[in-house]
Amino acid sequence: MSRGALVGRTLRHPSFRLAAADMAGTAVGIGAWGLVTGVVMVKSGLPVGMAVFMSLVVYAGSAQLAVIPLMAAGAPLWVVWLTASCVNLRFVIFSSMWRSYFAHLPVRQRLALGYFSGDVIYVAFMKRFPEPRPEPGQVPYFWGAATTNWLAWQVPSIAGIFLANAVPLSWGLGFAGVLALLGVLLSLLFDRATWLATGVAATAAIAAFALPLKLNILVALAAAVAAGLLMEAVDRRRHKPELRLVPADSVMPPEEREHVEAGDIVPLREERHP
Amino acid sequence: MTDAPWSSWWGLLEPFIAVAGLAVITVVSRSFFMIPERELPLPDWLKRGLKYAPLAALTAVIAPEILITRGELIDTLMDARLPAVLCASAYYFWQRGILGTIVVGMAVYLPLHIGWGW
Repeated sequence: MSRGALVGRTLRHPSFRLAAADMAGTAVGIGAWGLVTGVVMVKSGLPVGMAVFMSLVVYAGSAQLAVIPLMAAGAPLWVVWLTASCVNLRFVIFSSMWRSYFAHLPVRQRLALGYFSGDVIYVAFMKRFPEPRPEPGQVPYFWGAATTNWLAWQVPSIAGIFLANAVPLSWGLGFAGVLALLGVLLSLLFDRATWLATGVAATAAIAAFALPLKLNILVALAAAVAAGLLMEAVDRRRHKPELRLVPADSVMPPEEREHVEAGDIVPLREERHP
Repeated sequence: MTDAPWSSWWGLLEPFIAVAGLAVITVVSRSFFMIPERELPLPDWLKRGLKYAPLAALTAVIAPEILITRGELIDTLMDARLPAVLCASAYYFWQRGILGTIVVGMAVYLPLHIGWGW
């Protein structure tokens, strides 16, 4: 099949439109954020051409906002790159989840999927496909979400670059982007473990705010993962384990041994009385 | 001996190299574990823990945007962001729509921020 036919089939796939609809609300906030990022790039002294080039090629809002002041101040390249890498470390973690869906695709496609994936696409995708295994419709769904996100970011970002002097930053339009992410975050909270993990992440991110290179994001990630795992372990401990009588001399089947190791079952071995 | 021609060349070229490098960082970080053909083994507890990663990353990006001003934790309740976040969250749990969350939040935020200077 030719590449054009493949693209056409993806565009017409119902999952593609479903993803675009799923992303529509978030897209408004992403757009406001893109607009502000475009304005900030030019107001920090980046030439218009370079700002457009950066927006189109780098396509990473939080990393761009982190490195623009550094580039404007003439920081060495390695500092700029190290900062962007640290801000992007969360994507490294997300990529291990993407792998369970897309590992079967050729490497060039995997790189393309990676490049166009972002925080909100990740969340939307994981909600539609909670089971980490390949299923039909995932690739068109991804491209639907990615296209929506790309347009919602690039069009306002480039508009912001050209209208930099007409959009006053003091209005605080970028707050719409924060609200969009807030909505996405609230949609992820459904039990005690997730609420606790969020509370811990917020506290850690604020407490470690003074760290350079936005490393507070990484500190918050580690703290929240630890808190979530701890909460799961505590919850499991609270269930009273089941007693299971095991016949003497028998070998426990592996699936039951797993339950024992997880603490759900306490084996009680029969004694043999001669 | 002067290094002026070289440094002016570099001055033109450096931003392009910086941006190209940033694009490479975007690709590599976002596809990191998808790049190798064979799966890198991750311990089981880490795999379970990773499901908290997206919400932690989002929280870590948002929390300072709401609670920090000029590098310091805010020490006043007269900040437009606080009522805006409260109303937006309340709307979200009522209606479960992200667009409405943004609209409600901004409807509280903009008048307080621009009008009252909070």
